[in-house]
Amino acid sequence: MTRRERWARRWATTYGAGPGHLLTLAVCLAVAGYAATRVLAAGIWVGFLLWFVGAVILHDLVLLPLYSFADTAVQSRSRPPAPPPGTPPAGRWPPPVNFVRVPAALSGLLLLVWFPVILRASEHEYREATGLSTIPYLGRWLLVTVLFFAASGLLYALRLRAARRTSR
Amino acid sequence: MRRVRAWLRGDERPPGPFRPEFWRSPLRGPWLTSVFGLVLLVGISIMALTGLLSYAAYNPRLPGNDITPERGLLGFYLFDWPTDPVWLYRLNQGVHVILGLTLVPVLLAKLWSVIPRLFSWPPARSPAQLLERASLLLLVGGAVFQFVTGILNIQLFYVFPFSFYPAHLYGAWIFLAALAAHVVLKLPRVITALRSRGFRQELRTGLRDTRPEPPDPDGLVPVAPAAPTMSRRGALAFVGGGSLTVFGLSVGQTLDGPLRGTALLAPHGRTYGPGPNDFQVNKTAASLGIGAAETGPGWRLALTGPRPVRLSRADLLALPSHTHRLPIACVEGWSTEQEWTGVRLADLARLAGAEDGTGVFVRSLQRGGVFSHASLSARQVADPRSMLALRVNGADLSLDHGFPARIIVPGAPGVHNTKWVRELDFRSFS
Repeated sequence: MTRRERWARRWATTYGAGPGHLLTLAVCLAVAGYAATRVLAAGIWVGFLLWFVGAVILHDLVLLPLYSFADTAVQSRSRPPAPPPGTPPAGRWPPPVNFVRVPAALSGLLLLVWFPVILRASEHEYREATGLSTIPYLGRWLLVTVLFFAASGLLYALRLRAARRTSR
Repeated sequence: MRRVRAWLRGDERPPGPFRPEFWRSPLRGPWLTSVFGLVLLVGISIMALTGLLSYAAYNPRLPGNDITPERGLLGFYLFDWPTDPVWLYRLNQGVHVILGLTLVPVLLAKLWSVIPRLFSWPPARSPAQLLERASLLLLVGGAVFQFVTGILNIQLFYVFPFSFYPAHLYGAWIFLAALAAHVVLKLPRVITALRSRGFRQELRTGLRDTRPEPPDPDGLVPVAPAAPTMSRRGALAFVGGGSLTVFGLSVGQTLDGPLRGTALLAPHGRTYGPGPNDFQVNKTAASLGIGAAETGPGWRLALTGPRPVRLSRADLLALPSHTHRLPIACVEGWSTEQEWTGVRLADLARLAGAEDGTGVFVRSLQRGGVFSHASLSARQVADPRSMLALRVNGADLSLDHGFPARIIVPGAPGVHNTKWVRELDFRSFS
């Protein structure tokens, strides 16, 4: 074993990855650190830090668990009806869960993105800026949601009919 | 107590999400994560480019234009923003905002696909892992921070305890630094993962034939997978459908004509009516306390330069007028093109005795506020389409659109098209 190999091995065991790994992360932290000094200079670091860390907590420990639990709840309530005798086993039958999951998720996504106008949280600023009210947004979101569920229901009915027909 | 000590030593995993059998989705795996990652890489690169360009578009090196004066080295790339093509800022900002909205489902899906990694135990086995996890905090925090501040800002929901501009700019640099490192460190793994399954083959695989990916060193693939309820192509279509939904309901606010009405949920895709002044208002006169008293017959425009002049609206209307169709494009992503009529800024500069090559510092009747003034560069003043607009679509400007007179500069950010102008101070900025 040459001296260089020995050195490389010792580096790998103490650090846990190659020198390129450290270099990459050092550059990353240097740039991020410099940007952080600008946040400091702007005098906004307390709120910035709170929102930055809060963003991770809100997504990873609130939003994601919430929608995962909602999804589990939908799944456990929408077990597919027992397939008519003679149909191929699970997989062939359209699992009803997706016909609830997809429209619900799309509707939830729109609410997640546009809740300030849908729930009229930014009404004051919005009226000052545009001279209009945020009132129409709730109705529009509900309309879109109803359309999603209606389309999904229709699609499910069609699939179900097709499945019954092939099983006959 | 002994058990807690075992957890801390890393001999035993805490219960729940820290155990690999907790994560059961049969779709999680390096291939799916890599597909989402690749889409995000392309999308976020465009977001970064358009975002940094948008900052340059404000010409922040001119007096009064910089909302982030402490930027330091981060302004290294700034340049004199062009007036050609006139739709440059409209396109830039439309892409930045609409693409950002469109990527929301992809970002959510990507974060969903790697969530088991958050709970890997022990949190770090080596200094390398510790450092990488710290960079991941910057990556995930930065991503969610940038998307959240941007999305709240375009809805005028100013709940954050800081000004949007510095937070979004410096947040972007933190995020991009972490993203660049993440790409460098993960690219080999992404390439391997993408090669492990054919994309077309995956698009042909239905639910019945959907199996988990082979076990991976990162532990994304579940050890105890549940039966699939959705195929991989179904998951991709699901996320893509989410993107399409958000895109379809917001892109209209960057368009004119009948398609504008499709922006059902976008905050600035509203219709005001069929009249010449019935297009998107971004700041009402009433909210700034501007009324008939200051904008009535007593209003005078001050031209400051070697030969100061004061002009009434009638004086301005008597000067040679020009008409151009030019867009107004807001940093918040909406835009619209209208037909403006007014006096060339270059003509007004000459009237005030200013030499060629001077810029102008514009002051509004609006008191206070970041955009009660703006500096326009020499290039912007010299462009023959840059004007002090008095009329729009053949009618007088409405009060909300800046009556008696407003600036219209091709290719400039909307807020630099100052409304209710009271003074044009021609100066050399060099």
